[in-house]
Amino acid sequence: MSLAHDARVTVRPADVAQRPARTWPEINNPAAWIVAIILLIMPLIASGFFLIEIFATTLILGIMALSLMFLAGYGGMVSLMQLTIAGFSAYMVAVFGVSGNANISLGWPWWLAVPMALALATAFGTLGGALAVRTEGIYTIMITLAIGAAFYYFTNQNWAIFNGHTGINTVATPHFWGVNWRADIPFYYIVLAVAALCYFAVEYLSRAPFGLALQGVRDNPRRMAALGFNVNAHRVAAYAFASFVAALAGVLQVWNYRQISPGSVSVGACIDVLIIAVVGGITRPIGPFIGALIFVLLRTFALDFLVRLGLDGNRFRLLIGLGFLAIVFWSSDGVIGLWQRWRQSRRPAANRPGGGRGHG
Amino acid sequence: MSRFVERHPAWALISIIAIAVGLWLVFAVWPPGLEEAIGRKRVFLNAVFNGITLGGLYFLVASGFTLIFGLMRNVNLAHGSLYLFGGYVGYAVSTATGSWLLSFIVAFILTALVGVLLQLIVFRRMEGQDLRQTMVTIGLSIVFADLMLWACGGDFYQIQTPNWLIGPIELPLVTAIKSSGEPVYLRYPLVRLVIFAASVVIGVAMWLALNRTRAGMIIRAGVDDRDILAATGVRIQLVFVAVFAFGAGLAGIAGVVGGTFQSLSPGEDIRFLLASLVVVIVGGMGSIPGAALGALIIGLAEQLGSVYIPTYAIVVTFLIMVLVLAIRPQGLLARR
Repeated sequence: MSLAHDARVTVRPADVAQRPARTWPEINNPAAWIVAIILLIMPLIASGFFLIEIFATTLILGIMALSLMFLAGYGGMVSLMQLTIAGFSAYMVAVFGVSGNANISLGWPWWLAVPMALALATAFGTLGGALAVRTEGIYTIMITLAIGAAFYYFTNQNWAIFNGHTGINTVATPHFWGVNWRADIPFYYIVLAVAALCYFAVEYLSRAPFGLALQGVRDNPRRMAALGFNVNAHRVAAYAFASFVAALAGVLQVWNYRQISPGSVSVGACIDVLIIAVVGGITRPIGPFIGALIFVLLRTFALDFLVRLGLDGNRFRLLIGLGFLAIVFWSSDGVIGLWQRWRQSRRPAANRPGGGRGHG
Repeated sequence: MSRFVERHPAWALISIIAIAVGLWLVFAVWPPGLEEAIGRKRVFLNAVFNGITLGGLYFLVASGFTLIFGLMRNVNLAHGSLYLFGGYVGYAVSTATGSWLLSFIVAFILTALVGVLLQLIVFRRMEGQDLRQTMVTIGLSIVFADLMLWACGGDFYQIQTPNWLIGPIELPLVTAIKSSGEPVYLRYPLVRLVIFAASVVIGVAMWLALNRTRAGMIIRAGVDDRDILAATGVRIQLVFVAVFAFGAGLAGIAGVVGGTFQSLSPGEDIRFLLASLVVVIVGGMGSIPGAALGALIIGLAEQLGSVYIPTYAIVVTFLIMVLVLAIRPQGLLARR
């Protein structure tokens, strides 16, 4: 059995049989409406710290993981360079826009710098993708990891464009119509709007002809090729779309922290994005956001939690690693998979569609 | 070799010219014009020797990685953690007993034991599930990294070179001619040469063991077709455990070597995992000669790059990988 086939089996949605073609399922789902309303009125409930440090960060990380979920879940290609693309886009915003490093930044206004950054980062991701689609399965992971690492070391060493390991600080954020868009509440809404846009775009694409063809390519590339589809072109196009999504997240990231340095594109951070997507669930677009929320909550509160238990607070990565291990050991589709299984086990046996298939 | 020349005459010609130029650069006394153009010969020779010895270290790490992958299709992204673990064990043993050679033996045995546990607990449960193996070993490498940070802290450790290996030796390679007409010879750290010789010996021994012994025959058969091998009555799980232990042990030895050459600190695990990934991508997955060639190319590129184009040294390594992928996606010496 070929490598690629094995890799596909594990990321294939387990619930294909249970989900007939739907149009807009969330319209009839009360839980989705509740979540949407809570997200919209969040500034009324949450303090500035929660709004930015928890929810905006979650949404930004979620968008990055969403781009990985799109590639892995629908395309069967696990790419570890999504954070690198986001980081590239963030660097480009800092380089073309206004920042504290006057001899590097070109000082363009944000409405010129951001499209430039998005275009360049998308091109960068597409080129990387064109390289990665030459390989399959596990090789894709290794090559994208190597691209991510090369970018990290490059930013560390290059002083002319990336300003070495100090990075670029005090990046300017947009300020127009009398609103400082980096203030907590406007920024939260920007992030929420972009996240919603990306989420619905992925939802839409997964049902559009392109998305269906991509899923066909994931399940059986040979058959799709025989049907006249250009397999590699579909894969590269998927990388282009995912790169654009990741690039959007990168722009938000650099506005959020107002600075970018090699530390934020490190190999560990690249792997964190994979962890987020896998923990949340890689079969549905909502998974990455759930994973990001868990990750951010753990990262923020694990220290206090561990100290309260009488342990060393610095062991937060150990906690994340062990949690990640537990999830990949017992559920291949993350928290969503666990939740679906739990729901199915509570449902009466007669209603269970397709016998035990959903347990796979 | 002759088949390669027949099939790719252009590539063969280019390689022969490159090797000839390289040899001339190493052995000849440089004319003054060349020294003015690219710097002193001593710097160049040092970079070449550093590159080759670094390649030896990369080979030790990558050969275990590629052996495990080639035979068992096990994607062990915790291989870098095994390297760092071996290094820390070697440091502990050499500071406690003062014996450098003993630290190799203990590091080999302990990392091999960790490898056996990994194979029995993790990989045997998820045979053939590449993606799950990848995820689980990534999770394991995070856990290992944090455990080692907990145990050893974030300091840099360097393993003490034994007295009989300290100091440079003079090599019969002329770096320059003094104005008095007296030749100046290259001085180079003895320990790096000894370790490089040892890694060559290990590589040759591995090649002989794989190609000339019965156990090697079984392993090569397993790389080609596991199922048929199992059907002929070989206890394949036992072979897997043994190979995994050996590959992990090699990573442990490499850790001690790395701790002597360079230093040990958190983050080195990822660095060496990536180095072995790039080496096996360039050389070809599952091929020991490929790992040797890849390690040599990457080591030389890294060291020469860091001397002559310091900013872009990493990019050169990466460009080599891209070039290889573009021309031969399966790697330089892979058979498929």
